[in-house]
Formats: sequence, C-alpha cells, structure tokens
Amino acid sequence: MHPVTLYHYVALSAILLVIGVFGVLTRRNLVVILMSIEIILNAVNINLVTFSRHYQHVTGQVFAIFIIAVAVAEAAVGLGILIALFRNQETVQADEVNLLKW
Amino acid sequence: MDVILFLVFSAIAVACALNLVVQRHPISSAISLVGVMASLAILYLLLGGEFIAMAQMIVYAGAIMVLFVFTIMLLNAGAEKRGVKRPWAVYLGIPLLTGLLGIISFLVQGQVQGSPPVILGGFTGGAAGDVGRALFTRYVLPFEVVSVLVLIAILGAMVLARKEIE
Repeated sequence: MHPVTLYHYVALSAILLVIGVFGVLTRRNLVVILMSIEIILNAVNINLVTFSRHYQHVTGQVFAIFIIAVAVAEAAVGLGILIALFRNQETVQADEVNLLKW
Repeated sequence: MDVILFLVFSAIAVACALNLVVQRHPISSAISLVGVMASLAILYLLLGGEFIAMAQMIVYAGAIMVLFVFTIMLLNAGAEKRGVKRPWAVYLGIPLLTGLLGIISFLVQGQVQGSPPVILGGFTGGAAGDVGRALFTRYVLPFEVVSVLVLIAILGAMVLARKEIE
C-alpha cells in the first residue's frame, strides 16, 4: 500500500482550508461563519503539527497550542458580539445586519 | 495500519466539514464540527502530537463546542433561509475554489516531494513533558502574552454579552 507522507497531511489541510473559505463566503448565519473560521484555524494547526513531525522538533506543536488559545479567545469574543447584536437587531443573519450601510 | 487510520479519519474530517457547510440548521453544523475536531485529534496522535491531541479534544471538542451550542440555544436560531441565488456566484465560485485547491496542492507537491513516510511512533517528542519544557523555557514570553490575550478576551466577552443596566 502506498505510504502516507507529509504531502497527504498538507493536502488534507488545504482541503479543509478551502471548505472553510467556502463556508465563510456562502453561509448567512453568523454562528456558522464562526464555525467555518474554526475549521480554517484547524487546517493551519494540521500544517504546524505535520511540519513539527517532519523536522522532528516540538516548536510546531507549541505554535499550534498558541493558535488553539487564540481561537478560544476569538470564539468567546465573536459569540459575545453575536449576543450583543441579537439584543439590538434581533437577527444573526449576515445579510440582515445593515447597521453600517448607508 | 497507518494508511488505513489516516484515510478513515481524514475522510471523516472532510465529510464532517462539508456537512457543516451544507447543513441549514446551526445545531447540525455544531455536531459536524465535533466530528471534525475529534478526527483531527486522532490525526495529531498519528503525527506524534500526544499533548496537542488531548488539548484539541478538551478545548475544541469540549469548551468551544459548549460555547457554540449555548449560543445557538440562547439565540434560538432556526434553519437558515435560502437567499437569492446569483448565477455567476454558483457557476464561478466552486471552480475558483477548486482552482485554489489545485494551485496549493501543486505548489506543496513541488516543495515536499520525496519526504519520508509518516509512520505511527516515528516521532516521540510531542509528549506533555516535551511540549511543556519548550513552552515554559524558550517560548515563555509568547505564552505570557497569550495568557494576557485570553484574559482580555474573557473580559471583552463579558462586557459585550452583559445586559445594559440603566
């Protein structure tokens, strides 16, 4: 059987990145857009852990931990903004929020 | 063994990610996100990142998912309405994304050609002790900066989500 190499992991990361970008661009529900951003961040994490494996060095995994921490902060603030938005506008659909439109 | 594990769990990850994007109801998307996170944790284990696999399970599949599900229930978000379809968006968007994927794969293939196969247990430097040693010696400054960032994010989320009191 053909062995799994670095390339397969990086390709998986690219596929997840493209799916995440697709979700961010096509979905209207802001919660789902935030989830798609989480998928993109996870694609980056696969890359970092894969190259940590490739160079036999732990630095990539340390960076991946930082990315997880930043993703948690992003999710907390993003969902807080969503709740504030829902209080004021009664909607979480991206195309119904036109507060800054003129 | 490695090949089968990689194929199965990467297929689950991609299928769940696609399901997340396609589903109309946010709760279905949230459940799909759990599938993505869990299968990625298995892939991290295959790559020798034991600590990061556990962190992925606890932080992503645990904490962030609870946050998302709570927000979905709090907002009482129903199924998403289908908007007006713009024909050029449908016929141009997916080919362009596929093209982006092709370009990335082509560039990466040129760079990592002939790399050795990834086998389970080929790298044992990802245990909690090794990660912790790197985190608290060489990368202690970024670690502290991230802890301040998380503190600010907690305060920001509280300020944003609280009820205004007159």
